[in-house]
Amino acid sequence: MSAPTPQARLAVSHIGVAIAAFGVASIMGVLQGLSIADIEFPMRSESLYYMFVTAHGVLMALVFTTFFIMGLGYAICHAQLGRLVGLKTAWLGFWMAVVGTVAAAYTILTGQSSVLYTFYPPLQAHPVFYVGATLLVVGSWIWGGVLIASYRSWKRDHPGQPVPMAMHGMLATIIVWYLATSGLAWEVLFMLIPWSMGWVETIDPVIARTLFWWFGHPLVYFWLMPAYVLWYTVMPRIAGGRLFSDKLARMVFILFVVLSTPVGFHHQFADPGISANWKFVHTITTFAILFPSFVTAFTVIASLEIAGRLKGAKGLFNWIGTLPWKDPFFLAMALAMLSFTFGGFGGAINAAYGMNSMVHNTAWIMGHFHVTLGTTSALTFMGATYWLLPRLLGRELKLVGLARLQPWLWFIGMGIFSTSFHIAGLRGLPRRVFSGALAGEQGDAWAALTSAGAIGGVILFLSAMAFVSVVIATWTSGRKIEAPAFEFAVPLEPVTTMGLWDRLGLWTIVGIVMIILAYGYPLATLIMTPRFGSPPFQPF
Amino acid sequence: MSVHVYEKLWMWGAGGLIVLFLAAIGITAVTQAVQPPSHIETINPATLMDHPEFGDPQVKVGEDGTVTASVVAEMFQFRPDPIEVPVNTPVVFRITSADVIHGFQIIGTNANAMAVPGYVSQFTMTFTKAGDYDIACNEYCGLMHHGMVGKITVTGGQQ
Repeated sequence: MSAPTPQARLAVSHIGVAIAAFGVASIMGVLQGLSIADIEFPMRSESLYYMFVTAHGVLMALVFTTFFIMGLGYAICHAQLGRLVGLKTAWLGFWMAVVGTVAAAYTILTGQSSVLYTFYPPLQAHPVFYVGATLLVVGSWIWGGVLIASYRSWKRDHPGQPVPMAMHGMLATIIVWYLATSGLAWEVLFMLIPWSMGWVETIDPVIARTLFWWFGHPLVYFWLMPAYVLWYTVMPRIAGGRLFSDKLARMVFILFVVLSTPVGFHHQFADPGISANWKFVHTITTFAILFPSFVTAFTVIASLEIAGRLKGAKGLFNWIGTLPWKDPFFLAMALAMLSFTFGGFGGAINAAYGMNSMVHNTAWIMGHFHVTLGTTSALTFMGATYWLLPRLLGRELKLVGLARLQPWLWFIGMGIFSTSFHIAGLRGLPRRVFSGALAGEQGDAWAALTSAGAIGGVILFLSAMAFVSVVIATWTSGRKIEAPAFEFAVPLEPVTTMGLWDRLGLWTIVGIVMIILAYGYPLATLIMTPRFGSPPFQPF
Repeated sequence: MSVHVYEKLWMWGAGGLIVLFLAAIGITAVTQAVQPPSHIETINPATLMDHPEFGDPQVKVGEDGTVTASVVAEMFQFRPDPIEVPVNTPVVFRITSADVIHGFQIIGTNANAMAVPGYVSQFTMTFTKAGDYDIACNEYCGLMHHGMVGKITVTGGQQ
């Protein structure tokens, strides 16, 4: 037995912060569910509710995801390329992100930044909230830099070779992250921070929203792509299958690089200041981005079918029963994939330019991103934790029975929660409300649904606590073992020479051109229109 | 390397489905004007009180019979309240905000637009049933966001 490597310690520290944020945010989540259903509990109040919505959103959507993906990226890079260039720099990035998170969380939990995780101005948070968020993002930029430097070092040693598939996916994820956060950096550094410091008096809400959604939609793919990496390269391995198509897997990740950013107006269909024609352009790119997910559904399921056939399964569907359903990692990923079929269906409705009016800013949206981010990505990451911890800590997974139960609890709880809020949204319940009864008399059409949503929320909370318990038990008292190797699915036909889909630099440029085409003209016309900014408000 | 024939068929199918979706959206947008509210007009939120239209927002009937409902969303109410409009008549809603971003969602309909300070949102809506409708603010605007509910009264007058 050997002590964990420094690279493993780096990766697992990120995973630890991610799961701590997840645990705290879960408590806030269940209390929000009770509040919307008008179930009284001690300390229930408007100010606590909107503070918790802010903290839950920031901790889940930005902290849990970003730290987890950073840790996963380090683990995959070290496993596939055999190196991490700049370990000290990587730790600097980690501590910047931790300090930023703690600072932002402090201003939220002291009630000074209840602006929700979308922080739309002219709602104004404490300046430290924006500075903290900036540090978190800069920390993640350093992470991306370390992985790119490691890749370049590997390339020098392996001229002309395509990078292994899992690392290809992580590099594509990093490119998407840089493209996405450039919009956020513009909004935060040049608009929100100067305005919150009082250096400028007013701010333009529509330009700020546009820059936010330049970031906000590719953020979704930043969450999804690492999940796809695991589905393509680890899930078939655990099941005993082969990666069905290495080449198309690479194509899928490149399509995300090109298409994930020029789509933000589908979050702003109801906004003034942006013409219907440009909203339609973003509708086209939004629908185009369904394509790589369709391909993923085929390739991943075909890769799993190979596993069943290799075990001798006959007939059309018998192979499904031969899959390792008792493996908590596999189970979590399979249920996450299943959830994404519902999530994708809802997403196509959200993106439909006309139909969006029925669901915009209703509880439907909240139901939607809890099956997508909240299950497809989050449940995949929970499953991945069961796979990562033994490999990074050199400890056997503890409480395996609980780890097998936990994905089912999440899947069932989310089914109840998400379905209830999808329907309540169609009936008119707005999202982000302290009380489902609104001003007191509006709740009749959805009262039963918000109660069902609260029950789903309680089941989700139990699942979250089961997950955190497995992690703590494994981390502190799992039996010490020789860390198992990181193994990835072998492709049926490996890509052996650099192809079109391996030219990451070229595709980054295409991604930048797509952003200029999608945002250049509408942003320029908006900036040239005579506009009147808004002073700050802090109604919390 | 080759792509499996089933996967090729699947990709053509997926591509075809996406084209079909976009065609449906494009055709209804052009022929039936199924479009999101996308008006471009700016206004100074600092001097809203003295503005000829939004200083005292009202429902007005123009000389040609067009009905225009001007609405100001502000923490935590809509003005005017109630908004009284006739049934079976196109009503042009013009909405702005006096402070932060609010939402303007008429519950039970597909009327849904953002009220943004500095901008005027505009869309046209015809109520085919008389009665009372609730307007909910669907963008978080502060501690009493959930209580920001207004009313539209649709009367059976000018049919």
